[in-house]
Amino acid sequence: MAKSEDIIIDEVTSSDYKYGFTTDIESEDIGKGLSEDVVRIISAKKNEPEWLLEFRLKAYRKWLTMEQPDWAHLKISPIDFQEIIFYSAPKKKKELESLDEVDPELLDTFNKLGISLEEQKVLSGVAVDAVIDSVSVKTTFTDVLEKKGIIFMSFSEAVQKYPDLIKKYMGSVVPPSDNYFAALNSAVFSDGSFCYIPKGVRSPVELSTYFRINAANTGQFERTLIVADEGAYVSYLEGCTAPQRDENQLHAAIVEIVTHDNAEVKYSTVQNWYPGDKNGVGGIFNFVTKRGLCKGHHSKISWTQVETGSAVTWKYPSCILKGDHSVGEFYSVAVTNNYQQADTGSKMIHIGKNTKSTIISKGISAGKSHNSYRGLVKVSANADNSRNFSQCDSLLLGSECGAHTFPYIDTANETTVVEHEATTSKISDEQLFYCQQRGLSPEKSIGLIVNGYAKEVLNQLPMEFAAEAQKLLAISLENSVG
Amino acid sequence: MSNKAKEIAINLKQDLLKKIDGNIKAKSNSEQAWLEKLRKDARAEFDLLGFPTVKLEAWRKTNLKSYLERKFDVNAIDKDLSSSEANTALMCEANKYDTDLYTQYNGHWMKGADGVTTYDNGTIVCPMSIAINIFSELVEPHFGKYAIDKGNALTALNTADFVEGYFVYVPDNVEHDRSLQMVNLIDSDNNIFANMRNLVVLGKNSKLRMLHCDDSVSENNCFINNITEISIADGAKLDLYKLQNKDNESVVITSTFVEQGADSNFASNTIILNGGLVKNDTKVLLNGRGANADVIGLYLMDGHQLVDNHVHITHAVSNCTSNQLFKGIVDEYAHSVFNGHTLVAKDAQQTLAFQNNNNIQLTKTSKIDTNPFLEIYADDVKCSHGATVGQLDTAAMFYIMQRGICERNAKMLLMLAFVGQVIDKIELPNLRASMTELVGKRLKGELSSCDQCSITCAEPDKPIHFEIDMSKV
Repeated sequence: MAKSEDIIIDEVTSSDYKYGFTTDIESEDIGKGLSEDVVRIISAKKNEPEWLLEFRLKAYRKWLTMEQPDWAHLKISPIDFQEIIFYSAPKKKKELESLDEVDPELLDTFNKLGISLEEQKVLSGVAVDAVIDSVSVKTTFTDVLEKKGIIFMSFSEAVQKYPDLIKKYMGSVVPPSDNYFAALNSAVFSDGSFCYIPKGVRSPVELSTYFRINAANTGQFERTLIVADEGAYVSYLEGCTAPQRDENQLHAAIVEIVTHDNAEVKYSTVQNWYPGDKNGVGGIFNFVTKRGLCKGHHSKISWTQVETGSAVTWKYPSCILKGDHSVGEFYSVAVTNNYQQADTGSKMIHIGKNTKSTIISKGISAGKSHNSYRGLVKVSANADNSRNFSQCDSLLLGSECGAHTFPYIDTANETTVVEHEATTSKISDEQLFYCQQRGLSPEKSIGLIVNGYAKEVLNQLPMEFAAEAQKLLAISLENSVG
Repeated sequence: MSNKAKEIAINLKQDLLKKIDGNIKAKSNSEQAWLEKLRKDARAEFDLLGFPTVKLEAWRKTNLKSYLERKFDVNAIDKDLSSSEANTALMCEANKYDTDLYTQYNGHWMKGADGVTTYDNGTIVCPMSIAINIFSELVEPHFGKYAIDKGNALTALNTADFVEGYFVYVPDNVEHDRSLQMVNLIDSDNNIFANMRNLVVLGKNSKLRMLHCDDSVSENNCFINNITEISIADGAKLDLYKLQNKDNESVVITSTFVEQGADSNFASNTIILNGGLVKNDTKVLLNGRGANADVIGLYLMDGHQLVDNHVHITHAVSNCTSNQLFKGIVDEYAHSVFNGHTLVAKDAQQTLAFQNNNNIQLTKTSKIDTNPFLEIYADDVKCSHGATVGQLDTAAMFYIMQRGICERNAKMLLMLAFVGQVIDKIELPNLRASMTELVGKRLKGELSSCDQCSITCAEPDKPIHFEIDMSKV
């Protein structure tokens, strides 16, 4: 029994990245290195207004005074910021009218990833704002959304078209001085998505964006801003894959969400950046600051993430529950294999009265990887009757990996109830035996058990995404998931 | 902070360094060479690190600053106290717990009780200052071997500066049947800053039960930095009860470092009733197969008290078990911090580790911070942790009250039940009874820390009285 399990784990841990390929698209970049001039060039290239340049420069100067955080349970080789290209855009200048005008090679890339624009457009009714490297190449379904008054476009476009909205909300949830990588992003962010749902509107489609790092040695600094006005609802999907590279690539994104009274945003992510090969060479460094602000009463923000990629993940999607009766949710499956390292979790900051939050985190470690949950539940003195429930489970596959849990609970209110529970274990022999005596092969049994283990989170994903997430789990734990 | 306060804090460090240098110099001929080296290294480390600040993870929630800004007299000359006076001060029904009592008064071994106690079975209890000379061959192999805590300035300070403490040695295969009670009493007109260093060595298959009490009588500022190193050899068993009932002006920092051999057993039960700032660090290294550690505790805080319990258990080898349980009730402006850390090393398979912290928060102005950490590098393990912060169960309250018990008593009953899980684990019957009673008093607000020590005000004859509100029946 143990033997066959070892073989499977060995197979699982020695598998290569399936999505490793590079697309040859002409890309324009500005050379390596970071300086105030680079920040100015990026801003000029995007034809940005003065206030935005000031925003960037302020953030850059702040960044210079900060140090890379070392508190996470991660071993990261030093990042040389002068070796990184901070801006790269596919050479496509003219506006596109239809899919036919999109570079066929680009479309091919999407097809390889199984995210064909046409298919999605026709079949699933999902509007896709596809981001290759730093510039949004194609936005679809804009017309449908426009009728509802929903704004969904690339960040740089929104800067030109809706400067007031951007000015009002950008940096309101994640200020540039928030942390080292947020400051970096605020200084050099290239592009991203902007989404605004007006009062009382339920988005008829699920909005999604696919990120993809392409040109070699290009740091990608996405910035996403989602604003749901009173009574609005939107479900937003984000998925990532990246081609195989030998050098570590840096990815430092910011996602900001603001929900007003009675509004709800559901943000789902499937993250599958290149994790490095089985010897730990290469892979993406993923440092993301994701935070939502439940500004109004009865508002809700829900984060769901399936993390299978990246050599290093540093990511804590958070909710600031400011409005009374607001709700924050975090559902996560994080899989690490080979030499991957993940330090991920959530922060729930209860400020308003009767606020509720739920954290469900499932970590799966295999190979020589390290998977840490790090979370904070903070209840301020005014957050009467607030409630939190956190559950963080870790599953260990193989004797050389690590699973760690670092929860922080700070409460300052006598009417609050906070519960945290966590378990760490391997797949029990009893479970395996039970599955196998029903005629399942050892590998199918592991698959079944892992799937069941992650079900609680996968169930939270929108239908369109759940299938892809399961596929990713399968690829990440090759041959063990049915 | 004001410049003056800042100056005091800086001066404190300088005063301590000066004192350490003076002591090292004065003892350069008489002190054991190994100890002198330890002291010098530790002095350098303390000089480098300075007092811990909130920038350090372990001290994030525990700010020493305002305490360090108080004036301390590091060279305070202690009251000379005879044994009979001390007994009066304690008013101690010394045998209440049926123990052998050893008292340290203001950080010094009490006169009349000094010298070496050797029991018939070979067990030794003696002051540290004597032990390092006459039992050097017993002390040296252990001293400073477990209290390894890089980056902890207070550990370094303790090693460099300690004068006194206790040394307990139980030989192989000896089951010492008398419980030892080590009382650490502060009653000084000076603002004492004391570093105390204890060492407990248990030989193979030996057994010992100890009660360690930290008490204070005076209301002066005091800063106690207490380190206990404990070595538990294969098959040995140590029960350690700690009772802390200090005044609100005192700072007590105790660090307990334990190393356990195969099939050994360590049970620690810490009960904190009062204290200005109490920080208890317990670090256990399970270094032999089959070792078990139970680290449990209870804290009942009110006023502006701060209690910080850090428990760090390392499973270095396979087949060990550990259990952490801390419960607390936090009232008024008090602040409680719990930091549990279970580390399972790479080859420590078949590990069972549990960790639990439950809190009841009674006021909006109180704060509870809890961090139950797991760090696991082996796959065949079963580890879990839980942490809760909440209130008394309203349904249970209703049930009790509809039986005619007034709200105050209903609350009391529920709180007693809540803390019962910890108190019931006390194996010494006298101690358990006394604790139940002390906790009852404490919860009713009848046990004040300020004027007398707990032992003084404990009145065993007076049972806890629940008033039944007859009008409700």
